[in-house]
Amino acid sequence: MAQVDLKNVYKTFDKTPVVHGINLSIAHNEFLVLVGPSGCGKSTTLRMIAGLERVTSGEIFIGGRLVNDLPPKARDIAMVFQNYALYPHMTVYENMSFGLKLRKFSKEEIRKRVEESADILNIRELLDRRPKQLSGGQRQRVAMGRAIVRHPQVFLFDEPLSNLDAKLRVQMRTEIKKLHQKVATTIIYVTHDQVEAMTLADRTVVMRDGYIEQIGTPQELYETPETRFVAGFIGSPAMNFIPCRMIENGGNLMVQLTEALRFPVPAGLAKPYRDFLGKELLLGIRPEHITEQRPHEENEELVDFEADVEVVEPMGNDTMVNFTIAGVEVWARMEPHAAPPNAKSLGFMVNMNQMHLIDPSTDKVIR
Amino acid sequence: MENRIGETFWKRLLVFYIPLFMFLVVILFPFYWMMIASVKPDQELYTIRASPYIVRNPTLKHWELLFFDTLFLQWAWNTFLIALASTAISLTCGVLAGYSLARLKFFGSTTIAVSIFVTYLVPPTLLFIPLSSVIKFFDLHDSSFSLIWSYPTILIPFCTWLLMGYFKTIPKELEECARIDGATQFQAFYKIILPLATPGILSAGIFAFTLSWNEFLFALVFIFSPENKTLPVGVISELIRGDTFYWGSLMAGALFGSIPVAFVYSFFVDQYVSGLTGGAVKG
Repeated sequence: MAQVDLKNVYKTFDKTPVVHGINLSIAHNEFLVLVGPSGCGKSTTLRMIAGLERVTSGEIFIGGRLVNDLPPKARDIAMVFQNYALYPHMTVYENMSFGLKLRKFSKEEIRKRVEESADILNIRELLDRRPKQLSGGQRQRVAMGRAIVRHPQVFLFDEPLSNLDAKLRVQMRTEIKKLHQKVATTIIYVTHDQVEAMTLADRTVVMRDGYIEQIGTPQELYETPETRFVAGFIGSPAMNFIPCRMIENGGNLMVQLTEALRFPVPAGLAKPYRDFLGKELLLGIRPEHITEQRPHEENEELVDFEADVEVVEPMGNDTMVNFTIAGVEVWARMEPHAAPPNAKSLGFMVNMNQMHLIDPSTDKVIR
Repeated sequence: MENRIGETFWKRLLVFYIPLFMFLVVILFPFYWMMIASVKPDQELYTIRASPYIVRNPTLKHWELLFFDTLFLQWAWNTFLIALASTAISLTCGVLAGYSLARLKFFGSTTIAVSIFVTYLVPPTLLFIPLSSVIKFFDLHDSSFSLIWSYPTILIPFCTWLLMGYFKTIPKELEECARIDGATQFQAFYKIILPLATPGILSAGIFAFTLSWNEFLFALVFIFSPENKTLPVGVISELIRGDTFYWGSLMAGALFGSIPVAFVYSFFVDQYVSGLTGGAVKG
């Protein structure tokens, strides 16, 4: 069992606190992604798990064993670095067998394991080459191969796809997911890319300024973000935040965006919002929930409105449309043919069932 | 070499070949001069009428004098051993010190790095006075060991500084990865970092060897007996007698003395500039 537990882990560099008391429990064979903007402490957290940085205070357990004072080699982990860190003076075979040799495995066992891993990653024909002779994607594969030959308890990935071009990144992302299915192990994966965080993770940890902002499955983070930061960070393109005021109209709650524009709050969501009546709030709504007008029943969830279009950006599969409400830029995601490139004014439809309300004084999403 | 687009032969001649040719003439002229002076008979050497750039009656007399009437080969051998030993000592210390200062954070590491640099700035011409008391204290006067132990005072700061810079260019991740793979810090150093630092170590070694091979002042002060002298000192002290200069043999000695250095440089030039770290990280 390779469960990883972090208990109240702090890290301070020269009196600058970087990680503020992280508590995290990663289950056996779980794929956990640490995501956040640069400088949020995610890489430092990973490096503390690897043993490359000392914890300032707190405890780290791998497989139930306290590893605070163990050197990296005694932790039974493997790590894939952003820049691959292949040993340039060794062939791919030597790169992959380096760790096994140090651990005094027999020659036959080493050969067997290297070939087995090479087959998993489709790099069998590269074994005699040197890193210099490989493309970016191949180097990435070798770096992963070097990690899996050791059959470690935990894999650590530190932004492994950041150096690849966009197309290859998508391809390697799928391969990493496949790898996790083939070689069941606990994986801790650090990235600043929310798409990787969504697509790969069993569970995602969103970090910011050394604190954990929210932990949940990708779908939970997308559907029920707890803070404005998570709401804005998860999902692409990002959620719209429009200033509004909570008002009551004939017993029903409404959000007032401008003098003329007000959206009714669906009755099912209204309960927690009552406390904020009359207050200035932020309406959070994702672009995919503002679409072209479609025929719908006269119910309260779908609301039609009109706005002057500023920019139309066709993406092929859908078209992003930009307009302004209450002085804030808002993006809508429409069917490609619903928004002509030269459109001046369009009718939109917002799905208020997908609304979030944020209290700007705490930046928390109201629930 | 292929011309770049829009570059005519004349432009290339003007900005590339002619300056290169002039540079070569300036660099190689002293060697040419040494060469012809060493094979000219005395009457040609001292005449002012004939052109000094050609030899009419070449002779090997000066070379004979150098090899058979002086201890020239003995000096060359002394110099070689001294240069080799002090280079080995300086490289060993320089590699260890350079690596520690580049990679390990310890109390006072920055201060040490800076003070090593400052030591390097102290001119050897000042250093030899106190050093000669030290040499006397250890009773090393007139022994090769006086030079083997004193050259590193100049060479170690130099090697440390150069190698420190080189170690810093090797990505830290390689070492971290090795340590995760199961290496101790020391194993990571000698299995990963050291092989990758080969070009840097060779550069430092070549410089150290050349400096010790050519060194004059310490060798002049610390060694007295002709059989213990090094090449630069031996040639000067034995071939300039009073106001008599044995120009032909002096030039022969100078030419011969520059061969090992030229050899060392040309032999390692590929290693010297090679980008062995290519492919370690994205690039």
